[in-house]
Formats: sequence, C-alpha cells, structure tokens
Amino acid sequence: MPGIFVFAETSDGTPSPVALELLTKARALGPTTAIALGPGAAKAAEALARHGARKVYVHEDVAFRDILASPAVDLLARQIDKDQPELVLFGMTYDGRDVAARLSARLGTALIANATDIARRDGSWAVTTPMFGGSLLVTTVPMAKAPTLVLLRPKAVAAQPAEDASAPQVETLSDPVDSSKPVARVLRREKEKASGPKLEDAAVIVSGGRGLGAPENFKMLDELAAELGAAVGASRAVVDAGWKPYAFQIGQTGKTVKPTVYIALGISGAMQHTVGMKGAKTIIAINKDREAPIFKLADLGVVGDVHKIVPQLIQEVRSRKGK
Amino acid sequence: MNVLVCVKQIPDPNAPGKLDPQTKRLVREGVDLVLDPGDEHGVEAGLQLVEKDGGEVTVISMGPPKALEAIRRALAMGAHRGILITDPGLENSDAISTARAIAAAIKGQSYEIIICGTESTDGSSGAVPAQLAELLGLPLLSFAKKLEVGDGKAVIDRQTDEGYDVVEAPLPTLVTVTGGINEARYPALRGIMQAKNKEVKQVGLKEIGLEGQAGKAALTQEVIEAAPAEPRKAGEVIDDKGEGAKRVAEFLKELKVI
Repeated sequence: MPGIFVFAETSDGTPSPVALELLTKARALGPTTAIALGPGAAKAAEALARHGARKVYVHEDVAFRDILASPAVDLLARQIDKDQPELVLFGMTYDGRDVAARLSARLGTALIANATDIARRDGSWAVTTPMFGGSLLVTTVPMAKAPTLVLLRPKAVAAQPAEDASAPQVETLSDPVDSSKPVARVLRREKEKASGPKLEDAAVIVSGGRGLGAPENFKMLDELAAELGAAVGASRAVVDAGWKPYAFQIGQTGKTVKPTVYIALGISGAMQHTVGMKGAKTIIAINKDREAPIFKLADLGVVGDVHKIVPQLIQEVRSRKGK
Repeated sequence: MNVLVCVKQIPDPNAPGKLDPQTKRLVREGVDLVLDPGDEHGVEAGLQLVEKDGGEVTVISMGPPKALEAIRRALAMGAHRGILITDPGLENSDAISTARAIAAAIKGQSYEIIICGTESTDGSSGAVPAQLAELLGLPLLSFAKKLEVGDGKAVIDRQTDEGYDVVEAPLPTLVTVTGGINEARYPALRGIMQAKNKEVKQVGLKEIGLEGQAGKAALTQEVIEAAPAEPRKAGEVIDDKGEGAKRVAEFLKELKVI
C-alpha cells in the first residue's frame, strides 16, 4: 500500500521536535515510514515509532551528518523509487529545505513550502500555507506526479504520541554513499546561543526590535528575561543590523514560537515578525508608536518609551517577587 | 573569478500585499516593483568577490519585461552585465519551472560561483536555489552569513539554530546568502548613469530551448482557494503616564508569570 514518508531529522539519536510533529500529522493521513539518517539514527527509531512511524529506515553513515543535502537526496530518491509513497513530509528547517528542494528538482515533483496543514482531498492533497504574514490562508493542490513533497513549518502541529503505536519495524540500510560528486562538507560546528531556556521551548519570551535603538539596550531585556525565567528573542530588523545572532530571530525567516506569554519591546509588528509569534497565548507590547501594528495583536499594549518602562518593569517584577 | 547573481523583482515589501481573487496570484499591477532587498545582499556579495579577485558579476532574472528595472538597479550597484529571461509563456511559473529556465539560460556562461538570496521576500518558499544547484549538479552552500573564496573552494558560515556551521565546497558552487552577510551598497549617481549603457541580454523560451515546457504548461501545483485567517482580537491599549510598567507587572502577576 502506498504510504507517507517522513524525513525525520535526528541529532545524536534524538529526533528533532519537528520530526515528531511531522509524524503526528502523517499518521492521520496514511501508513507512515520515517527515514532517519546519520550516526545514532537507530536510537531514534523507538521515539519515531511512538509518534506513529510503522516502519523506520535507518542509515548511520557519517556522510548524512557531515555533507549537506546530497547523500540524503540520493537515498530518498532510491527509497521513493522502491516504495512509491504518495507524500513526503519535511520540516521547514535549514536541512529540510535543502533536501526537499533538491529532491523536487531530481524527481520533477511538486514541492509545497511553508505549509501549516495538509489534508486529503479528492484523491489528492490540499495544503494550507499562510501568506502576507498569516493574514491570508491559501490552499494549494499538487498537479504533478506523486510523490508530493511538503515542507511543514515547525510548531504547525503539536507532537503527540500515537495511541496505537507498536514496536518499530526497523530496516537498516547500508547502500554505499556516492562519493564521486562535489559536495558541501561541514568542517566544524559553532554554538553561540546564550544561557536560559531555548526560544522554542520557553513559556515566556521577551523579544526586542529596532525600537530599542542600540544593541547594548538588549542588556535590559536579558535582565527582565532573567527575572521572568524567559528566553530572549529578536525581530529580523535587529538581526539584520547585526545586534543579535540569527539564532534569536523570530518570524517568517526565523523561528516560530508559541509561548504562553510574549512580551514585544520596541517591535512594530511587521508581518515578517508576527507570523512567527502570533500563536502566543498572550501578547504584551510596549512601543512608542500608537499606530504600530503590534497593538492590533496585543492583549495588553502600552504606548510609551521602552527605555523608561523596561527598567521600571524590572523593578516592579522584583518587588512583586519579593512578596 | 566570474560570479552569477540571481535576482528577482517583487512588489514593494513595505506596501501591503494583495492576491488577485480570480487568479489567486500576487497582484503586480498598480504597486511599486523593486529589486528584492534580500537580493541586494547577493549582488553586494558578488561585487565584493570580484573587487578582491577580479572578474565580472552577471545578474540574471526571470520576469516580465519590467523586471529589467531590477536588473538595472543591480547594474547601478556595480554589476557588469545582465540577462533577463522573459517570455509570455513563462507566466505563472512555479519554483521548479523558474529553476529550469535559469539553468537553461546560463548554459555556456562562465562562472565559479552562483549567488542567490535564501528566499524571495514575496514568495518565500526558498526552493529555487537548491533546485538550480540540483539541475546544474553543483554543491549548495546554503544560508551563508559569511563567505570566503580562495584556492578553488568556497567556505561559508552557515546559520544553524544554535550558531553556525563552517561549510566548504569546491568551485563551481552555488551559495545562498542571508541578510546578515553584508551591508548592501546604495547605487551612486555615477553607477546609475553607467548602468544605462551596460549590456542586458534578453532571452525567451525559444532561445533557451524550453518552448512548451515552462510556465502554465509545466505547473506542478496550483492555488485553488484563498481565505482570510481568523484575526487575533486586539486587547487593551493604554498610554504610559508613569503607570505603564506597573500595569504590565500586574498583568504578569494575573498570568502567574510572577
């Protein structure tokens, strides 16, 4: 029976959060096979099965970790030819995007990016994609031969273990990785993320925009975040200006976050940004411009000067915690 | 070293976008069209490479005849010449169709590096660069926030969720650059004047051998519906008269954050 492939990214045997989200979505659409590549991939099989993979293809060659896209594309093309899946799901991540796009060119199939949902419709697929920062939802249908390739945005689906999960049927692949082609090879990895909770996991996020005026003003955000146990985020304008590394960026071209509380400081609320944070349960915004679009989203908005209000807020929070 | 830079003309991203209710395509009439700001960083990266090592920057774009203006903008920044792929048969092209047209149009060009933005600001699927790399059989150095070229290879700092990876590929290679890679220069008056005399080659589907195999004839997907998303309801907006911080702190207490 033709089924669904999920390109399940793993790191040292741990599935990425989006891999489990993809499986949660995929298993509702049909019998699902996960493809886990790189050293430690076999260790991830159990978690992948728990989230709905009936079968897991595993290949542990280091090439899948150290060479960008090409080895994964070769392997996926082979397994697709063998199993003829109807649909292949990828996470909208750096590697997911590279692999899916190369594969679509190799196979000549449809690639639908930025998806937030997918459903069966009339023997085919209907894929939902937000446009204009999420103010409009468009439905796209594939018009090419199977499989349809879909890039699903992280956090579009909440990962949940399957109720009818069974022990994984693991098939270990060992086909040699083609080393004849020129490739992009990772020489080393650098981490620059600060301490505190990860943006993706944080219940509270304090986020800064161009309205902060200067990079050193992020210090007061760090201070406020520390008091609230929050993670610090940033708008694209701030990252493009070099005030903060890209790892902090929230929005269309950055991370999608869904915290309980999102505090936007000096952020105007361009669509580019709001698409990444409007899933927050509660939004608080402080901005000097009364017309800033962020106030249309905020549960509580304060029109005023962030440079004055944030230090006061830190004091207010401290005094309340003291009680 | 010769560099090819792929650019796209898009509706001004600062103006609110619109979708044609009939065709479900982006409205390009009656709006200002600009060179995608993301592509300015690609042009800048290309110019910096040839300023260091010699060679030429060729910008290539696909679009209606008007897209020539976006190429002129890149030429005004300092690029040497342009190629515009334009043909009524290319209308409605999706990403793969676009990648095929670019791959066909640059056949025979000499280049060591192709530079693209990571994604267009209007469509933002980000598929074309990797598709182009696949069609040309090139390695892809993606999401570069730093690029260095020498000794027959390119090395980038590739953005990751936790920092960056240092990634290397032999030339020729395709590189996608992020906004963080450089500060794009503003065209000087002299550059704008010179741009008018620079060569821009226009090619159609016939010249690139893709007649009947592009645009609508080769669609892999179609938008069939568009509906407004449920808007989030705005809450309370207050003016700070010295009590703003207190109100926020109280609200955080209500939310049990404190």
